Amino acid sequence: MTPVTYLDVLKALSAEVVLTVTAITTLTLDLAFVRRTEMSVRRRTIGATAAVGLLASIIPLWQQFGHPRAVLLGGTLAVDDLSIFFKIVIVALALVTVLISMDYDVGRHVGEYFTVLLFGAIGMMLLIGAEELLTIFVALELTSISLYILTAFHKGELRSQEAAVKYFMFGAISSAFLLFGLSYVFGVTGTTSLLAIREAVKGAAGAEMSPLLATGLLFTIIGFGFKVAVVPFHLWAPDAYEGAPTPVTAYIATGSKVASFFVLLKVLFIGFAGLEGSAFWGHFASGWTMLLAVTGALSMILGNCAAIVQRNVKRLLAYSSIAHAGYIFIGLVAATKMGATSVLFYIIVYALTNLGAFGVVAALSSRAGGDEMQNFDGMARRAPFLSLLMMIFVLSLAGIPPLGGFFGKFYLFAAAVQRDAQQFGLLWLVILGIVMSAVSLYYYLILLKHIYVLDGSNQSRIVTPTYLNVALGLVALAVVMLGVYPKPLLELLNSLIATL
Amino acid sequence: MQVDWTIYLTLLGVGVILLLPRGSKDLIRWVALVTGVGALVVALQNYFNYNAWVNAQIAHGPLRDGFWQVVNVSWIPAPLSVQYHLAVDGINFPLIVLNGFVCVTGILFSWNIENRVKEFFAFFLTLIAGVYGVFMAMDLFLLFVFYELAIIPKYFIIAIWGSTRKEYGAMKLVLYSFVGSALVFIGILAMFFSAGGQTFDILELAKHPLARDVQIWVFPLIFVGFAVLAGMWPLHTWAPTGHVAAPTAASMLLAGVVMKLGSYGCFRGAMLLFPQGLEYWKWWIAWIAVIGIVYGAAVALVQKDFKFIIGYSSVSHMGFVLLGLATLNLIGMSGAILQMFSHGIVASLLFAVVGRMVYDRTHTRQLDELGGLAKVIPFACVTFVIAGAASMGLPGFSGFVAEYQILVGAFKMNPVLALTAGLSIPLTVAYILNANDKVFMERDQIAGGGHDHGHGDGPGSHPPLPPISLPERVAAVILMALLVIVGVYPSIMLNMIKANVDVFLRGAQ
Repeated sequence: MTPVTYLDVLKALSAEVVLTVTAITTLTLDLAFVRRTEMSVRRRTIGATAAVGLLASIIPLWQQFGHPRAVLLGGTLAVDDLSIFFKIVIVALALVTVLISMDYDVGRHVGEYFTVLLFGAIGMMLLIGAEELLTIFVALELTSISLYILTAFHKGELRSQEAAVKYFMFGAISSAFLLFGLSYVFGVTGTTSLLAIREAVKGAAGAEMSPLLATGLLFTIIGFGFKVAVVPFHLWAPDAYEGAPTPVTAYIATGSKVASFFVLLKVLFIGFAGLEGSAFWGHFASGWTMLLAVTGALSMILGNCAAIVQRNVKRLLAYSSIAHAGYIFIGLVAATKMGATSVLFYIIVYALTNLGAFGVVAALSSRAGGDEMQNFDGMARRAPFLSLLMMIFVLSLAGIPPLGGFFGKFYLFAAAVQRDAQQFGLLWLVILGIVMSAVSLYYYLILLKHIYVLDGSNQSRIVTPTYLNVALGLVALAVVMLGVYPKPLLELLNSLIATL
Repeated sequence: MQVDWTIYLTLLGVGVILLLPRGSKDLIRWVALVTGVGALVVALQNYFNYNAWVNAQIAHGPLRDGFWQVVNVSWIPAPLSVQYHLAVDGINFPLIVLNGFVCVTGILFSWNIENRVKEFFAFFLTLIAGVYGVFMAMDLFLLFVFYELAIIPKYFIIAIWGSTRKEYGAMKLVLYSFVGSALVFIGILAMFFSAGGQTFDILELAKHPLARDVQIWVFPLIFVGFAVLAGMWPLHTWAPTGHVAAPTAASMLLAGVVMKLGSYGCFRGAMLLFPQGLEYWKWWIAWIAVIGIVYGAAVALVQKDFKFIIGYSSVSHMGFVLLGLATLNLIGMSGAILQMFSHGIVASLLFAVVGRMVYDRTHTRQLDELGGLAKVIPFACVTFVIAGAASMGLPGFSGFVAEYQILVGAFKMNPVLALTAGLSIPLTVAYILNANDKVFMERDQIAGGGHDHGHGDGPGSHPPLPPISLPERVAAVILMALLVIVGVYPSIMLNMIKANVDVFLRGAQ
């Protein structure tokens, strides 16, 4: 192993460095200069600074792209095109979140808000680059703690406080689970690097899985299950989503999900590559695919059924995101290259769609007086453009072609069927997913009914800032394009996965 | 212009309408009309070219390959390998033309919509574009995409501009369609991977049929999935409620075109790809179709709501399509395809009379409350009688050519089948005449004019009804002309249908 200097590490992490500098700059700027200006100006100034920093961080990422894979410090930091691509995705998601936040009342502590938001982005980016258990854990904590703080930012509101406490409690417990599981994995394999774990596990393949390793695997998956909010580890999600300031909800639902799923994919597909077991109907065997199949199935059922009765838009989207985590698990259960591509494709589509949906909710709810369904009555007349965007996002979540959500879901299901195409071993999971999609259409249409069909008491026009309309419009365009023309992204992901 | 321009022109129309200010209602209507007419002209021009080509071909013996490839490019890379593949043949061409006509006349019959005009025509044309796409798609995945594209606008059109429990009707319709498409989706995935996971292309897949046992369980998934939308008994219950709740143009589209999506999907997605599955299940299909035929007609007879009568009559007539498809002989299947066209026109016309001409003027559809309209709006009465006659299967109208052939085909398959299905004919005559009597003849309930025929509670003093407007007349005349043209001169359509059904039947053996 060639010695690694700090300079090398700094180079590899230059995007994160840019963001750290930006984070500190925003804080200083707010404290020193714009503290006394009017709130909306202050938000825009600080937000614009954060946005510039995020844009700037794309430059080093762009320059790193296309070089051969490099792994620094025994897996602490892997620099390859796939992770760089997903870091860019994270930056883009954070950027839109910043833009949404500039238009949203986040309280007095504007500088702190954007700083913590940027720290969250740094955590997610480190998480994506990590291929070593301890770094994964630390990065996950950096992300989570930033999000706990952001959730509590509605300082005067009880439900924001409750959400934050609940999110924090569940998050802390899940971290404990995760750390416990990881320690067992380390105990059995003697290493924390994912690649080395794979080798160690492979040696034991064929024999019965050792109880210690099984425990480690189980607890690791439970830990991640909390982070990505699948049933039965989902209880924090509806409250946190509802209580958090809406831009933060968007951030939790998209950025942290993308990063968590990405690292979960790495852990499972690289680290635990030999421990799949089997989730084929009638041939269940212990291993992580079976665990994921069961939790995924439960998530799809409970998420979709519970969403039907929700009357709050953010809560509805929370349950829908639990269901979507279930769909994504179908792709993971496939445990093939096609499955990996489908998962990566879907989390991108899913993140864009949810980001857009929460963005619209953030922009409209503050002007319509709340985020209950009836606040959105007749919105199609009050804010026709954002309503149209909302329709695109919601229909994409429902999986209606030609939108990205449809194609992503199709790809997930196709990957699962392809896994055991002769015996249709995973078809049960796919059928469940398809049936649950049909259920989901019901509540998505109810939401659209409020926006498009019903007439509200208030008919006044809602005007939103242009930059926000443009940003959300671009997100919607991306969602449409990913459905109409998924070829470029699919080919990119396919080629990037091949290098892994 | 190639026939795929029907899709692009229609979508272009949607784009233009979205950019127009919502206040300029007339401009929006005209843009929609021009779009619809443009697409129809493209469709017709290609239709007659194809017709001439088929006639030239069959002069030299049976057709070898009836397809005109329109476009075939790679859309989604391997491992899914989806092609953007559009092609036309004698089966889908009549339906494409049908869609064009229903689109244009639907726009004309919607001329009086004042509420949210812009959104109405945007949704309407999106639906039309989706339907064009389904009829042309030769890739299962693509077909599915267009099929779903056509589902969602229906919800909004019905829920916003409909009447009578509109939200319930809209939701029921969409969920039924979506559950049907879920079945199709499962079937498509199963079929794709059973066939080796190489292609979704229908024409390629048809060349390499699957193993018999796979066919036998996948066929019903896809067939039933599509048949939900074709109003197959007992999954038809969305149809009457949906039709009743929908605004006129939407009921025209639903009964006229969308139900054909279902039966077309049954043919293209299921029957073409699973010959042995079809062989295995055909008796089930045929008998279920016959139940639907008789049941629909019988239920129509006892309805009190004018629109429900037409709604159930659609279930009955769509049963004929399924029956014809299940006969698997030339005459029966040709009849089925022609019936899709014929019923599309008839149903559009009937719904236009009920929804636009009668309901929009009288604001009631109850048979008891209507009466004597023949004197007030004679044009509506004439239209209804002509459409009704075509619906009954009177010679001289397209309905006769189609249903007669289906019954002959069914008779060849099994005489009892044909005789049972034939029971619906007197029932149809009865419910059409009954409706005609109650609405247009009998007492002068609505006719008003100040005099009261002794009905103390009758609304005898209604203000005079507005006369039938020019757009309505034009649209109704177009549709009636089609019924007569195809009825008197069926070979304009039947030649290409027969030639292509023949290709299908030879391929299936």
